[in-house]
Amino acid sequence: MKTLFEQSTPCRRGACAGLTTTRATDFLPAGLVRSGRARLPELGELDVVRHFTRLSRQNFGVDGNFYPLGSCTMKYNPKFMERVAALPGFTRLHPLMAQLRGAGHHTQGALEVMYHMEELLCEITGMAGYTLHPMAGAHGELTGAMIIAAYHKAKGNKKTKVICPDAAHGTNPASAALAGFEVVSIESRDGIVDPEALRAALTDDVAAVMMTCPNTLGLFERNLPQVVEMIHAADALLYYDGANLNAIMGKMRVGDAGFDVVHLNLHKTFGTPHGGGGPGSGPVGVCEKLVPFLPVSRVRKLDDNRFVLDYDHPQSIGYMAPFYGNFGVFLKAYAYILRLGREGLVRASENAVLAANYLRKRLEGVLEIPHNRICMHEFVASAVGEALNGVRALDIAKALLDKGYHAPTIYFPLIVKECLMFEPTETESKDTLDAFVDDLIAIVRQAETDPEAVKAAPVTLPVTRLDETRAAREMVLTDDCDCG
Amino acid sequence: MPYVPHTEEQTRDMLATIGVASIDDLFADIPKHLRPKSFDLPAGLSEMEVLARMERLAAKNRTDLVSFLGAGFYDHHIPAAVDALASRGEFATAYTPYQPEASQGTLQAIFEYQTAMCRLLEMDAANASVYDGGSALFEAMMMGVRATRRTRLVVSQTLSPIYRIMLDSYTSNLNLELVTVPHKNGATDFAGMMDAVDQATAAVVVQNPDFFGNVADYTELFDHARAVKAVGVMAVYPLMQAVLKTPGAMGADIAVAEGQSLGQPLSFGGPYLGIMACTARMVRQMPGRIVGRTVDSQGRTGYVLTLQAREQHIRRQKATSNICSNQALCALRALIHVSLLGPGGLEQTALRCMELAHYAQDRLTAIPGVSRLGDGPFCNEFAVRLPVPAFEVVDRLTERGFVPGFPLGRYYPGLENCLLVACTEKHTREDIGVMAELLGGLLR
Repeated sequence: MKTLFEQSTPCRRGACAGLTTTRATDFLPAGLVRSGRARLPELGELDVVRHFTRLSRQNFGVDGNFYPLGSCTMKYNPKFMERVAALPGFTRLHPLMAQLRGAGHHTQGALEVMYHMEELLCEITGMAGYTLHPMAGAHGELTGAMIIAAYHKAKGNKKTKVICPDAAHGTNPASAALAGFEVVSIESRDGIVDPEALRAALTDDVAAVMMTCPNTLGLFERNLPQVVEMIHAADALLYYDGANLNAIMGKMRVGDAGFDVVHLNLHKTFGTPHGGGGPGSGPVGVCEKLVPFLPVSRVRKLDDNRFVLDYDHPQSIGYMAPFYGNFGVFLKAYAYILRLGREGLVRASENAVLAANYLRKRLEGVLEIPHNRICMHEFVASAVGEALNGVRALDIAKALLDKGYHAPTIYFPLIVKECLMFEPTETESKDTLDAFVDDLIAIVRQAETDPEAVKAAPVTLPVTRLDETRAAREMVLTDDCDCG
Repeated sequence: MPYVPHTEEQTRDMLATIGVASIDDLFADIPKHLRPKSFDLPAGLSEMEVLARMERLAAKNRTDLVSFLGAGFYDHHIPAAVDALASRGEFATAYTPYQPEASQGTLQAIFEYQTAMCRLLEMDAANASVYDGGSALFEAMMMGVRATRRTRLVVSQTLSPIYRIMLDSYTSNLNLELVTVPHKNGATDFAGMMDAVDQATAAVVVQNPDFFGNVADYTELFDHARAVKAVGVMAVYPLMQAVLKTPGAMGADIAVAEGQSLGQPLSFGGPYLGIMACTARMVRQMPGRIVGRTVDSQGRTGYVLTLQAREQHIRRQKATSNICSNQALCALRALIHVSLLGPGGLEQTALRCMELAHYAQDRLTAIPGVSRLGDGPFCNEFAVRLPVPAFEVVDRLTERGFVPGFPLGRYYPGLENCLLVACTEKHTREDIGVMAELLGGLLR
């Protein structure tokens, strides 16, 4: 498809022509003015509308396609949340309105949302306090790791290491490193954290252990009570990566289980759309002793039921966001929680786990399933059998695209060869799951009879497989068309 | 149950296929004593009830005021087509484009966004965006630290105090030295900056227009930074770049911006957009997603995420950053916004804002006792000194339906009487006139 720049016609008037007759030099010395207009596209409004409508048709999304992307919780994003976030009483609200005198007098509705949202998340996860400021899951991890660092520093502990299991998301070690920690990786056994490996790694200088539970194989960490005890005995903290919270709502609260810090991905568990990569929201919850270290500002409720922004927390790690986080995102998640309520959240987790186990069972004998037991909301299969014919997990993923499905997560976690990780979510119907299984069976059969056809997939999309090596070598990162 | 589609019969069938008797059996791995001590949440509501409640909450926010708040975040008009196009489910409900063949829409849009940002800022390469302007600044500083293997960072106090607090927080565990050069009467102290940037400096960070609204030319400072092999970072106001000398023209190595002014509603602080662009030399130090153009197996043009060897899912703790997403939908909004306005529309909008702000300056400084803080050139925002504390003035005028600006004392001790006033194309001369008369009346 032609780029915007290739469609540009010079001198076409944009939407805001005729606003003023002034020139930049009326206000600024010539030396401060840009030389020549930016070479941006000059298009009519309909051209722009057509261009982006056409681009949108080249995308898979949950609205159009089953999207069983493991660890990403691609559930249906209810449409009413968009209407909530578009209410002018929220969209037009300047963040600094809350920092005028009265610390929130003019923004009581927004502060009430934040206060109540924190309360709800505390109850859902059993934590003592939350910050809504982190703007994505990885940002939540960084916030959590910084809280851990601040806690140990305040205690006078010399703790320099963070342990991450080998099945962890790559963001865990990267976030720990950014908070100044050295990262130690430990190997899993039978798909879960091995208490012996943990014991060996759990030296005095370990500040925290980062865990995902259920883990990225979709397995519940059955040794959790033992692991928690070991970690706390070593005066280390236990971090919960909330990527997989959709499996356990109402079944276990991470705070009750002994986790000290948790980040949630509201764009996963709480139904806000992923937006093609963002914006997300990654609130962080902490246990009682870590509350003083949460970022500022915090929302406080006064005796007269008014809400104020409170910056007076001397042990706080400071600002993680310019203001109060991705308000427009957690606003949607707040509406989602109100809509589902207690019952609905429990049912969401129950049905997410039901769907994953149903899909796992239906795929028995189709693909290898390395840890084939009751899983939580996702499971991992392997295409090692197909690999004999030269067909890899990647090829199966691409063949699924041809059938109109987004592919599962592939080659993650790193500990399973030719890995395909499926997360169907609670919002997909049995009919969808059944049709998906039939199509996947057809692909696996084709891998046996006509492997080259599978390796050539996809053939029904706007492009066939793309040359990623060439992209990295040539580094064409911008359009060179000069817009006339 | 909302959004769970199975009939009871289907649920039974699924359980039978799995070979368990009940849903509870699926949770048998969770030890009994770990079951929730409480799960005391309100009962679910209908869509209608939720909307009614949210409307009530929205009505408790004062969005009926004529506001001159800015301070880096501005109430610009957003064309309806931005919302209509960006809310298409194909964009909004997609994930990060891991499967490029099924994500060409998102990928081409990001490629076009990268191109548009590079052209607006006159830089060589842009990433697919980061969280916001503040995190973009932090990432830019870290690029400087990696590129120079130095640990000293020099920032001007005229850089947004909000961002300076963020930088302080983010660097607290990283053994970096953050040096802040004080402002001089609400403007950047150029001599002080030149002195502070030395052979040990990793990066120097300035903002244009600065937090007080002043526009300046930082070419000399960046020349000096280059001479001592430090990295020059400039934070900008992207809409104003339609008229201002660009970071590229001034010789910045990295340009960052809060992209809110390009098509993002204020939304009480987010989601916003961290724009990040750099020179070709710095590309491999840049964190975040980057889209590159390539060809498919039949030679057709297509787009993929590229240079992923920098990223956390490959490099884990050795990655350039922990960032694994971008603000894709916000970047898309910015691109659509820029496309709808075109270079002429962006320029007209910027000029209209400037015209109104200069009118506001004239009206406000005509009030006895009110003077401009500093005397440098500005765009759509400027600071004035009042004869009384600015907080009080804001309080009093808010009662009359106007927020005249942001009291600088909130972040700058000593400037308690100073007010930062921003105009956008949404204001009218009448708005400004009434605000000036009210202020004049108050100070009389």
